[in-house]
Amino acid sequence: MDTTGSRRAWPIRTVVGFGRFWWEFLIGDTPELFLGAVIAVGLVALCCRDPSLRTAGAVILPALVAALLAASVWKAARGRT
Amino acid sequence: MTATVTHSGSVVLVVAVFLASAVEMVEALTIVLAVGVTRGWRSAIEGVAAALVVLAALVAILGPTLVHLVPLSALRLVIGALLLIFGLQWLRKAVLRASGLKAKHDEDAIFAEQVAELSGPAATGGRDATGFTVAFKGVFLEGLEVVVIVLTLGTTSHSLGLAAVAAAAAVVVVTVVGLILARQLSSVPENAMKMAVGLMLVSFGTFWSGEGVGVHWPGSDLAIPVLVACYGLTAWALVTALHRQAPAPTAVSPAEGASGA
Repeated sequence: MDTTGSRRAWPIRTVVGFGRFWWEFLIGDTPELFLGAVIAVGLVALCCRDPSLRTAGAVILPALVAALLAASVWKAARGRT
Repeated sequence: MTATVTHSGSVVLVVAVFLASAVEMVEALTIVLAVGVTRGWRSAIEGVAAALVVLAALVAILGPTLVHLVPLSALRLVIGALLLIFGLQWLRKAVLRASGLKAKHDEDAIFAEQVAELSGPAATGGRDATGFTVAFKGVFLEGLEVVVIVLTLGTTSHSLGLAAVAAAAAVVVVTVVGLILARQLSSVPENAMKMAVGLMLVSFGTFWSGEGVGVHWPGSDLAIPVLVACYGLTAWALVTALHRQAPAPTAVSPAEGASGA
């Protein structure tokens, strides 16, 4: 039985539970997807500071996302075979 | 032309919200059925009702705040990034399952797991705290995912009402189907639905996070179906490439079964 958790005051339990929920929701067992998506959007944001590259962003962002998906799937596949 | 683009965007929105909400509701229904069968229907129904009340309060507080207080470009960036991450998680698992590298999400196995967890003695008479808590947790967590999907897809496309109606329709359809089919949950082709939902969430996430940082999408909203097609091709290529090296799938773990994606 987890007596440590039950001794905590309910506001702390609530905050910890809320944080844990969002951690699991966004990061969970695939931190590379979280980091990769943030980096991809950040890189495209930098590109779009130049107005002439705003249309190129429509190709760069999906290409980065597809590459991120492929890398994450490939990493999982290598770990399972 | 503008009317066609708007209509196309609305159809994609309704389909995305309906499918995403249906997937979450199938998972919630699995838990509620397990609680009802093992701990009694009173605690299960009370847990569901309490979760719905808390969710309604959250929607009442967060909905207007998101719509009225946050600048649209910032909203699109944050929400787009959230959808992108959430959708990538779904799509990754769906690709791994389709290629045989991960066991398919087996609702019957999850139902059996929930029954085993709950098979301890139920409280004699009155309320059963375990049944109430498990039903509450299941409906609240899955329902919160539906709320996030409705608020994000609905507010950014200025169609919150349409998104809410699509989600409500999904809840009604899954509830009716659940009542009819009861424990035959594995008859719902969940991985195919998850693949479709993952593709749509990643496409919406890419589109809105791009708009949030200033990307100019050729064809405006018509870029969304193009993104769906591109990511669909990517997923198909990954499944095909991985199919040959797939070992026999392992059994689904309880932790995976209880998680969202």
